[in-house]
Amino acid sequence: MANPKRRHSKARTRQRRSKYYNSLKNPEVMECNNCGSPKVYHRACPSCGFYRGRKVVEHTELV
Amino acid sequence: MRHRNKGAKLGRTQAHRKATLASLSSALIEHKKITTTLPKAKALRPFIEPLITRAKVDTTHNRRQVFRHLRSKDAVDSLFFDVAEVVGDRPGGYTRIIKIGRRPGDGAEMAMIELVDYNDVKPDTGSSGRSRTRRGSGKGRRKKKDSTPATAQEPETPDTAAEETPAAAAETPEAATDEAAVEEAPPTAESTEEPKQAAADDVADADGTDVEASGADPDDEKKDA
Ligand SMILES: [Zn+2]
Repeated sequence: MANPKRRHSKARTRQRRSKYYNSLKNPEVMECNNCGSPKVYHRACPSCGFYRGRKVVEHTELV
Repeated sequence: MRHRNKGAKLGRTQAHRKATLASLSSALIEHKKITTTLPKAKALRPFIEPLITRAKVDTTHNRRQVFRHLRSKDAVDSLFFDVAEVVGDRPGGYTRIIKIGRRPGDGAEMAMIELVDYNDVKPDTGSSGRSRTRRGSGKGRRKKKDSTPATAQEPETPDTAAEETPAAAAETPEAATDEAAVEEAPPTAESTEEPKQAAADDVADADGTDVEASGADPDDEKKDA
């Protein structure tokens, strides 16, 4: 089995993670044009089911 | 190399995949609008659209060719009788996919796929307002800047004023004097706001910060006030 030759310092771990976790971004959110609640761009509104001025999903099938 | 390997496998064998697509197609033809995962919706589109194209010409051969893929007499009947008629002359693009969000459980991205002709509501693109601002020369740029802080009330008033002007002008095309009067009214309404907006812009410029990007931050309101 392959084993680490050297101790992996905290700094190395944290440097790697800082790159990774700082690269994570929340999805862009906008206000729904119909109900005003926050929604992700290019998705139907999760609270009212509207997309581009028309109801595309019924409330029951909303995810 | 991913050469000539288009299309999603959907984690299925070929037979399973064909059965899935046939089933999805039948469901879409029956209900005109179905909710499924986004990859399945995207796989369904290039599968069903050629079938709909074929359904435009009702011949025995076409029916048999479509049946090869659909494997359902009801679906073929419905496709050739109902769907083909409603679709009419549409040159492709029979389906519309709208993303819904992620489902709980496995977090799969869900989508709604529908037949365009059965759900033909003109989408509110929201671009009508944008195109309207493009017409004015200097007004558009100022409005664009203002539209970003959604909390501010200023953009509302110019918008309605701009909307009213063409409408009023259209109603009284023969009365040129009236038109001039109508056209004169909005600028006065705007002029009251202009210094305010200009001040806000100046503050933004002086700061050198990108107010547009920060959007409706609470800081913005402070700056505007
Ligand atoms: Zn909404």
